[in-house]
Amino acid sequence: MAYSDKVLDHYNKPRNVGSLDKAKSTVGTGVVGAPECGDVMKLQIEIEGDRIVDAKFKTFGCGSAIASSSLATEWVKGKTLDEALEIRNTQIVQELSLPPVKIHCSVLAEDAIKAAIADVKTKRESDLKKESA
Amino acid sequence: MKLPIYMDYQATTPVDPRVLDAMLPYFKGEFGNAASRSHPFGWQAEKAVDTAREEIASLIGASPKEIVFTSGSTEAINLAMKGVADMYGAKGKHIVTCESEHKAVLDTAKHLEKEGFEVTYLAPDITGRVTAEAVAEALREDTILVALMWANNEVGTLNPVREIGALCRERGVLFFTDATQAVGKIPVDVEADNIDMLCLSAHKIYGPKGVGCLYVRRRKPRVRLVAQMDGGGHERGMRSGTLNVPGIAGLGKACAICEEELTEEMEREIRLRDLLEEKVTSRLDHVHFNGNREHRLPGCLNLSFPYVEGESLLMGISDVAVSSGSACTSASLEPSHVLRAMAVGDELAHSSIRFGIGRNTTEEEIEHCANQVVEVVKRLRELSPLYEMVLEGIDLSTVNWAGGH
Repeated sequence: MAYSDKVLDHYNKPRNVGSLDKAKSTVGTGVVGAPECGDVMKLQIEIEGDRIVDAKFKTFGCGSAIASSSLATEWVKGKTLDEALEIRNTQIVQELSLPPVKIHCSVLAEDAIKAAIADVKTKRESDLKKESA
Repeated sequence: MKLPIYMDYQATTPVDPRVLDAMLPYFKGEFGNAASRSHPFGWQAEKAVDTAREEIASLIGASPKEIVFTSGSTEAINLAMKGVADMYGAKGKHIVTCESEHKAVLDTAKHLEKEGFEVTYLAPDITGRVTAEAVAEALREDTILVALMWANNEVGTLNPVREIGALCRERGVLFFTDATQAVGKIPVDVEADNIDMLCLSAHKIYGPKGVGCLYVRRRKPRVRLVAQMDGGGHERGMRSGTLNVPGIAGLGKACAICEEELTEEMEREIRLRDLLEEKVTSRLDHVHFNGNREHRLPGCLNLSFPYVEGESLLMGISDVAVSSGSACTSASLEPSHVLRAMAVGDELAHSSIRFGIGRNTTEEEIEHCANQVVEVVKRLRELSPLYEMVLEGIDLSTVNWAGGH
């Protein structure tokens, strides 16, 4: 199978690899996929106010899955949570020229962004409750 | 050293220059049809075919009359299984095979199921082996055929064919073995090993693609097959079609070379295979061996690199042409049916690589391959959330995964 130049570029030089402190209240973590399916993505975001100031990922998966999650971290950085929620898997497919068999990789990346945002929102709400209590 | 390095010898092999030389005359002046009995062109072609028959028969301990030429192993498998089913179907409708067989056997078995045959698919053990005891338990009064491979193409595990053959002989059941990966790589003797039918393919043993044969026992017992193609009645009526004379000459020469060099080449490949494993496992933790340590092909090494996905690994080791048991390499998203049948776990199946070592493999290539594998696995593990979790002491089997695609 031939890979697009952009997939190869992200695979060879993945952006924002690493981990953020998941215990921090401003960090949201999304882990999606399952090892037996051959894909697990962990995407983390750090927010200041409503804006994503940092993003990190680690992915177990094929080159397209690695590229999709690497691209996702690039795209969410600097966006507000609402803006990041608007990222669609089809945009990832288009940007990376993913073939049909690899569309699930982009779906997983979109899911990972959503899961990370949901996590940080939940943390924020429980903090607010603690403060008001 | 030329890059990329070919390390996929179970998929196919390059044609040996000596084989090519043996074939060339039959593309040029000696182009006759082996079935032409009335002139020297035909006689020359027939002589080439007869010589090849002897060379093949000699390698596997058969008589030249027992060789039926085909287009390769897939055709030979179809001919053996369907040919037996058609001939002996009135006697019984039961066939025994195994889940880790090649698709050519499994799909032929499925075809026969649609025609009213009953097939028992044995599960191999975790090393990929089927025992004679398991076969004995599966045999019934109406069993007409046992079809089990000699050497597995993905993990290199050898089945105890001699014992299985003896059992089948005793019970009056025909025994067919797909020896595509075994012939020319390890000693094969259809007499001592109690084989009734056996297939082999030229391109796995440094011969050309598109030619192979089926060994069909002529005595004790005499195996009869119903031809699966209608035509001129070539090959004792079992396989019609003008013989592929250059291909057959090549197959014969390939067998002759294998026979001459077998012992020496086995030792060389075992040494290189073990060197590769040592060089990889000494520098990486968590490497899982797939297969059977004791009963295995010399030139095959299947390793899983947990926490790294197979396709991304293949992408990284771009200097080496190898094959993955992971699915993503093909259009289906399923991991290898062989590793599945062995029940090694889907996670290990997704991270497996088959290294195939062959006649042209050098120690320098092994070194380069090992270095690249180690480097890429380390890099991808840095990227792997699973490896991170394992280092944190999390048992991955206890994690409630959100679900994949």
